[in-house]
Amino acid sequence: MIEGILIGLSTALSLTNILMVMVGCFAGTIIGMLPGLGPMTAIALMIPITYGFDPSTGLILMAGVYYGAVFGGSTSSILLNAPGIPGTVATAFDGYPMAQQGKAGKALAIAAYSSFAGGTISAIFLLVAAPSLSKVSLAFRSPDYFALMILGLTAISAFSSKGQFLKAMMMVVLGLMLATVGQDSLSDITRFTFNNMNLTDGISFVLIVMATFAMSEALTIIFRGKDPNRAAKQISLTELGSIKVNKEETIKMAKTIPRSSILGFLIGVLPGAGATIASFLAYGMERNYVNEEEKQKFGKGSVHGLSAPETANNAACSGSFVPLLTLGIPGSGTTAVMLGALLGFGIQPGPRLYQTNPEIFWSVIMSMYIGMVVLLILNLPLIPYIARILAVPRNYLIPLILFFSVTGIYLMSFNNFDIFLMIGIAVVATFLRLYDFPMPPLILAFVLGGLMEETLRRSLLISDGSPNFLWDRPITLIILLITVTIVGWQIFSTFRKKS
Amino acid sequence: MRISPTKFISLLFLALSVFYLYTAYNIQVFAFDENAPFNARTFPIYLGWAGIILSSLKIILPEKITTEVNHKHLDYKSIIYLIIISLIYAAVILKIGYFISTSLFLFASYYFLGERRWGLMFILSFPFVAAFMYLLHGLLNIYLRDPFLKYIGVMG
Repeated sequence: MIEGILIGLSTALSLTNILMVMVGCFAGTIIGMLPGLGPMTAIALMIPITYGFDPSTGLILMAGVYYGAVFGGSTSSILLNAPGIPGTVATAFDGYPMAQQGKAGKALAIAAYSSFAGGTISAIFLLVAAPSLSKVSLAFRSPDYFALMILGLTAISAFSSKGQFLKAMMMVVLGLMLATVGQDSLSDITRFTFNNMNLTDGISFVLIVMATFAMSEALTIIFRGKDPNRAAKQISLTELGSIKVNKEETIKMAKTIPRSSILGFLIGVLPGAGATIASFLAYGMERNYVNEEEKQKFGKGSVHGLSAPETANNAACSGSFVPLLTLGIPGSGTTAVMLGALLGFGIQPGPRLYQTNPEIFWSVIMSMYIGMVVLLILNLPLIPYIARILAVPRNYLIPLILFFSVTGIYLMSFNNFDIFLMIGIAVVATFLRLYDFPMPPLILAFVLGGLMEETLRRSLLISDGSPNFLWDRPITLIILLITVTIVGWQIFSTFRKKS
Repeated sequence: MRISPTKFISLLFLALSVFYLYTAYNIQVFAFDENAPFNARTFPIYLGWAGIILSSLKIILPEKITTEVNHKHLDYKSIIYLIIISLIYAAVILKIGYFISTSLFLFASYYFLGERRWGLMFILSFPFVAAFMYLLHGLLNIYLRDPFLKYIGVMG
């Protein structure tokens, strides 16, 4: 493992890669800060640029963007009470009241230190857990992988939007349907192309991500422009206050960070869970841990209340890389986008990545840590200046997002069919979002579609067409039972609320 | 009887799933694969049925949480303009090249979204696209096809 860490460090600490982490963190912070635009959009916008780099550099850039976007999301939560991403909603509970008390600088500093500490602790967990899990996951067979993918898709549907399980499952099926367009990987038979040559190779992953996230986010912002509840809030960017944290606040953070990190990491590892659930659970857990006096401060600018979700959401981000790097199965929408990018580089993540491409495996882990250091020493002092991006009028912002989306697709194919298709999908996605049909399950299903069909094919061929493969192996059976429990819980909670 | 938008979308999804399933059953497979435990049709058939079941459940079951959208607050005019500009952009990008089409797209988008600061609009379109192209093509060595710039000798 020491050798691997050194390989990772030597790759991540090359001049180009350090520069990429810095650029990634900076760009991610800016994009993540804009309400509505989260890490998925930020990473999607970066994918076309990474095609010019080697895989390690490209992934390092994306890891930087990921952490930057999470940090940026916290900034808009604290300054505007407008979370850039769902994972930073809980940050606003105490961060925004703190900003209203004239302590915005302090709130941003607490968020940054907590994120750094949460990220550091979880990066250590990742360092230890990932290689061990890689070895364990070598024992996984096709039926286990198939069951695991079903679990991941069910879990993301259950957790992505409260009370909208059926809608999310419909999005999963739509994502899988889109993944079947084009040539069948084994027989080369074309499916659902309707004799259109442009669809023979299937629909590009970047196209789907750009359409359902970047472009439809931009269209949604314009579409809901007249909504008074969504009108941009203004804050005086000159009154951020000091970013210094006193001794008492440091002690409070020191108590909160370890427990929130552990919780965040464990939640992040679970398929479908991720930063949003981790931050809410950490907030709730912290409220139960503190004394009565501190409990009263929750929602009014509590240091514990701000530190806990910030620590947990960053820890969950690192945790979500565990299933991606060890099993090749992303647990969240963001890591699904990362998987798509990895596949674009010709790299198949999974247990063998650790053995076949150790430099990628370790450099991604190392660059995460470097990214956090960069965020702390570079972004925090620059926050008063970066925060001015919040003042950019949407009249300029929206066309620029559309421009980056179209350019990304044009760079890949140099044909306008893909651009038309992207616009079409983006319009449909905009209407679906309007009625709370979540997009992350669609993306995860689209990315997993090919692999899912492949593992189902192998499983059915091995069992000669019998569904016995679903319960023949204990691992498969356990995973399926967890899936059934999640579905059962969704049904139970539906009927409980009705009664 | 008034049908809620969510149920209407589910109805459309049901229609899509039926069409998908019909198309899935009509996928041509090799003769020797016809009775195999798994062929190119199998997975799409499962998906078609899953789509039908899920959308039917969404239509039949009462809605626990209704999503209310106030159409008076939706800016249809701007979004239609933006979609039309994007479609025109997609249609002309191959003919007139990346630089001109993208610059005009940005300029027109700023205009239709209500911007009237002409100087800033110009800077954030033509010079901005030129700088971006230089970054991609000149510095990152990412090929960017532009027949127009090639014709006038700016690009190799």
